[in-house]
Amino acid sequence: MKPAPFEYVAPMEIAEALDVLARHGDAAKILAGGQSLMPLMNMRLARPRVLVDINRLAELAYISLGTDGALAVGALTRQRAVERASLVRTHNPLLASVMPYLGHVQIRNRGTIGGSVVHADPAAELPALCVALEAAFVLRSAARQRTVKAADFFLTYLTTAIEPDEMLVGIRFPAWNPQWRWGFQEVCRRQGDFALVGAVALLQMDEDAICQAARLAMFGVGGAPVRPQRAEELLSGQRLDGRVLDQVANAVAAELEPDADMHASAEYRQEVGGVVARRALEAALGQARGRGDR
Amino acid sequence: MTPQRSIQLRVNGRTYERTVEVRLTLADFVREELHLTGTHVGCEHGICGACTILFNGEAVRSCLLLAVQADGADLMTVEGLAQGEALHPLQQAFHEHHALQCGFCTPGFLMTACAFLQETSNPTEAQVREAISGNICRCTGYAPIVQAILLASRGG
Repeated sequence: MKPAPFEYVAPMEIAEALDVLARHGDAAKILAGGQSLMPLMNMRLARPRVLVDINRLAELAYISLGTDGALAVGALTRQRAVERASLVRTHNPLLASVMPYLGHVQIRNRGTIGGSVVHADPAAELPALCVALEAAFVLRSAARQRTVKAADFFLTYLTTAIEPDEMLVGIRFPAWNPQWRWGFQEVCRRQGDFALVGAVALLQMDEDAICQAARLAMFGVGGAPVRPQRAEELLSGQRLDGRVLDQVANAVAAELEPDADMHASAEYRQEVGGVVARRALEAALGQARGRGDR
Repeated sequence: MTPQRSIQLRVNGRTYERTVEVRLTLADFVREELHLTGTHVGCEHGICGACTILFNGEAVRSCLLLAVQADGADLMTVEGLAQGEALHPLQQAFHEHHALQCGFCTPGFLMTACAFLQETSNPTEAQVREAISGNICRCTGYAPIVQAILLASRGG
């Protein structure tokens, strides 16, 4: 047997799952797609006493559009389902286009959108994307429900604002601004692998090619996704020529404080952080030019 | 002894009922309980793709699922590809294109390619390469694997 022994619970109702969490707290772990937890359990790096398999909570698998244009995605929605949903392609094309980068197809078939977020691997794409899109996470426990902004959710390596008795039930993506142009860039060893360093860029350009709004979110550069504030400020109100982009790339690198690991040194991540940010911005600008003011 | 559960599932069209330890992975269940040893177990943490099977028609890593999670599911393993003595077109193409050397990774590649061709009938080489990016061949014989999948997609 690969995993250490555990008690297995497969609730049919959310309330039942929350009740188990309330009783066992830290000793219980939620099993969703299992694409992060199962490897840890197979290697016995995780040894939960109680495993709460939520795969029968079908009510947590949904994609819906609010009257305000916000997209709500249930925590148990498979990554592949998000990738394929026409609702997502129409109402959040950035989210749809980044899904294939989350992992290999066998992983995305099973992996859930909530699982990727709560696992909070700093090299994962989805947490940074949620930060860039200013998403909000709906958390429930037996006693209460609360909503946490993406910016306040990711604390550090594999650590989020979720309390031991809470479960992520859904993610809300604010209404997509149809004027957003975006770029997504990452450096990784193999298609579908975790990134060494990556960047998400969102730009709103006016008809005179002046940047009206800009967001950048970096991943693989420390314990949690980073919005390089100074770099974002440099973009706003500017015509984004090569000189400005150079300044922005330098500002991004200066704002990052990455750690070294077996995959890359801190210096490498810092340097490449500026490069991928610049490439993501160039991709967004290419979109703006290619599509006119549509 | 850890807790046990009774499960019922279909594998390659046949129904099985077994009582399993809840911590038994689906890959080990298929191999050790059902004796379908065509599914290979490589890394056991979702990196190599050797244990890929179809779970309700979708390619998944069976080492990252528990057998109890397959209760009520419809699975297909590499043993389900051939019709009697007749090889599946993918198997035939792998055979003809020498798309295997040691053969350890082959069941995973076949099941990944099987699911891929069901949704992408006329793929480009780039699409094939992306589709198999989650499977590792330590003999590094990727070129003939890509060619074999392309050939199979064109009906052999």
